[in-house]
Amino acid sequence: MSANEQHILSYKKAFIVLVLLLILTGLTVVMAEVDLGYLNVVVALALATSKSLLVIMYFMHLQYERPYLKGVVFMTFLLLAIFIGFTFFDVSFRGGS
Amino acid sequence: MSNIHKDYEGAKLGMWLFLFTEILLFGGMFLLYAIYLAKFPSEFHKGGDELDVVIGGVNTVVLLISSFFVAISITAIRLGNKKACLRYVYITIACSLIFLVNKFFEWKAKFSHGIYPDSEHLKELSQGENIFYGLYFLMTGLHGLHVIIGAVVLGFAVYFIQRDKINKEDFVFLENGGLYWHLVDLIWIFLFPLFYLVL
Amino acid sequence: MDNAVKAQPNFFEEKRGILSWIFTTDHKRIGLMYLYLVLAFFIVGVVLGLLIRMELIAPGETIMKAQSYNAVFTLHGVIMIFIVVIPSIPAAFGNILLPIHIGAEDVAFPRLNLLSWWLYVIGTVFALISLFTGQGPPDTGWTFYVPFSEFTTTNVSVAVFGVFILGFSSILTGLNFITTIHRLRAPGMNWTRIPLFAWSLYATAWIQVLATPILGITVLLVMAERILGVGLFDPAKGGDPILYQHLFWIYSHPAVYIMILPAMGVISEIIPVFARKHIFGYKMIAFSSLAIAFAGSLVWAHHMFTSGMSDTAVLIFSFLTFIVAIPSAIKVFNWTATLYKGSISVRTPLLYALSFIFLFSVGGLAGLLLGSAGTDVHLHDTYFVVSHFHYVIFGGTGFGLFAAMHFWFPKIYGRMYNERIANIAWLILFVGFNVLYFPLYVIGLQGMPRRYYDYLPQYTGGHFISTVGSWIVAVGLLIMFVNIFHGMRKGPKVGRNPWGGATLEWFVPSPPPLLNFEEEPEVTRSPYNYKGVEPDE
Repeated sequence: MSANEQHILSYKKAFIVLVLLLILTGLTVVMAEVDLGYLNVVVALALATSKSLLVIMYFMHLQYERPYLKGVVFMTFLLLAIFIGFTFFDVSFRGGS
Repeated sequence: MSNIHKDYEGAKLGMWLFLFTEILLFGGMFLLYAIYLAKFPSEFHKGGDELDVVIGGVNTVVLLISSFFVAISITAIRLGNKKACLRYVYITIACSLIFLVNKFFEWKAKFSHGIYPDSEHLKELSQGENIFYGLYFLMTGLHGLHVIIGAVVLGFAVYFIQRDKINKEDFVFLENGGLYWHLVDLIWIFLFPLFYLVL
Repeated sequence: MDNAVKAQPNFFEEKRGILSWIFTTDHKRIGLMYLYLVLAFFIVGVVLGLLIRMELIAPGETIMKAQSYNAVFTLHGVIMIFIVVIPSIPAAFGNILLPIHIGAEDVAFPRLNLLSWWLYVIGTVFALISLFTGQGPPDTGWTFYVPFSEFTTTNVSVAVFGVFILGFSSILTGLNFITTIHRLRAPGMNWTRIPLFAWSLYATAWIQVLATPILGITVLLVMAERILGVGLFDPAKGGDPILYQHLFWIYSHPAVYIMILPAMGVISEIIPVFARKHIFGYKMIAFSSLAIAFAGSLVWAHHMFTSGMSDTAVLIFSFLTFIVAIPSAIKVFNWTATLYKGSISVRTPLLYALSFIFLFSVGGLAGLLLGSAGTDVHLHDTYFVVSHFHYVIFGGTGFGLFAAMHFWFPKIYGRMYNERIANIAWLILFVGFNVLYFPLYVIGLQGMPRRYYDYLPQYTGGHFISTVGSWIVAVGLLIMFVNIFHGMRKGPKVGRNPWGGATLEWFVPSPPPLLNFEEEPEVTRSPYNYKGVEPDE
């Protein structure tokens, strides 16, 4: 695929994505005010994740790339999740002798 | 020599690979954050209340807008509109400056309250708060460094656009610079709730 | 045929002078520059190792004081791991061979490749500066464990910054190789026709890209701790030192696969050539490289069973560790299956390859004892560990490197070394290696702790034999290097394909011309199909 055959992100679509991102940001701030206990963390991270998905898929153009690139991006985040998650095998079970 | 391949997709793949390394570089810090948050939930909450949501929120919006402009600057150059493309890149760089100025005043206020790594004041606070501020300074500091690098890269892009080295046919430099800039935004998307809103 | 080739100058003749080397973007020259630096520092590391062994020949002070001993073993570790072993096969032979292997003129980003080499040089310089400035060379061991590394007055900050830069160099090499393999394969080279060495480099490159940044941030944090006193790893300030160990091993465990996978790739190339037989289980070997890379990223905490980590984590990581043994065993069995009923010609590269299999198996199986939580509690931080990783890293990667040097020597220089002397050197090296490291298993089992300056008299026998072994190894290395060096300048000229290999590099002139191929190659067959391939001595 040469450069010119690539899909072009339209101004309109980019603008819609920006609006969605701003709405989600507002929602993040509002939701932080509501006390949901530990769910606050979950909600905030879920909102941040959906924002980052928008950025990655549209602004970073991943939506229109070949499948293998999507695959390796997914693997990278999976690996990071594993690194963080597996460390909790240690810290969440420590000191309970 | 024919050593210099102009391989558009290869160049982009290389940039994505580089972004992976950045994601994992920050990932190491996010790992520390996750674990210390689990260890000191109430201290992190207290620390988060001390940070200014308004400054953090403004910076979030500024970065999102800059991300939008760098994305459409690529659209512009591909439609052959050099002038619009340049304008959008200028706006992006301006946003980065606003972000840094904001950050500067935020840090300055913290320093004047005696809050900086290894300060006497921090030693009086609880251990959890010390860790919170330690992570705050290291992570936003490292992020700030990336903002500066991203702005410099976009500065080079401006230079190349002006000289038509980046043009309708060959825009991979701008696209890669844009990818880098989006990554900077992406990291802030997570830093903002984790530090300013905690949680 | 040879005479017709002379029309095109080879990559040595293309340009002359030192500047044409240090600013070259030719992958072969960059690879050779890596190789020369790696070998130079290998010799430095060996000398340091000999000093360690000399000190340990008898209990008490022999040739140096305790503080110098700490510095010497730290240097030995840092130099050998970060400057020698990690770049050895991937950066040196990967650069020389990968593009030719897949039928490309160069790597995807030639200038970035040069930058990686320069970063490697700069990182090395920082590591050297840390020796001679500040308050003495680092004395932490190559692992830089906190909290000691935060508070020792020796020059840790400069050393870890050097490691950071070396890591950056390694990342860029990995990035370059992945892109090269994805984008620059010759027409007809689909994913099942890629030589296995290139496959192993591909798996390695992914580890370099995804794991090395974690090391980067870890050493930056050590610097932040030392310079700013943030306290993230300092218990007095609420930090948790064990998290340092997690971060460090998240990189450093996969890093041992950066060290061993390319060596396994070399062996996968050598075995079929000298057995004149298609490699057994091509797809499984290729797949197992990726499987090792992935599974290897999940098991880091098995270095930490005695660190105070939770028992749950000990169980889980111990279990996961056994999974890595499966793809490693797949490789070993496929190599031996390739040899079965082959028409084997015992040449120097094959000797090194076979000793690789033996030594790697001994070291790898010992690794299982360390990976099981129960036995590890007894063996942790003893000489058993020292012996285990020297068997894997020196016996594995080191012998893999020597195998590669002897295998591709005629291709790179267009000359041949004296094979008789090479075989003698191999024998001395192989015997010396086992004399040097096997006794360490024994005294490790008996409880001799590693990194100790002094020891109880009952370990004297084992240490003495081991030190004698280190001298034998030194003699073997000396003969090998002299033979190689002599062969480089004075050896008899050889043709394109002295061993009768079927991968692409054997069909280009030796040494190859600047852009590798006289005409663009087209791949129509497996790299291990020897039908109709005649050796060209």
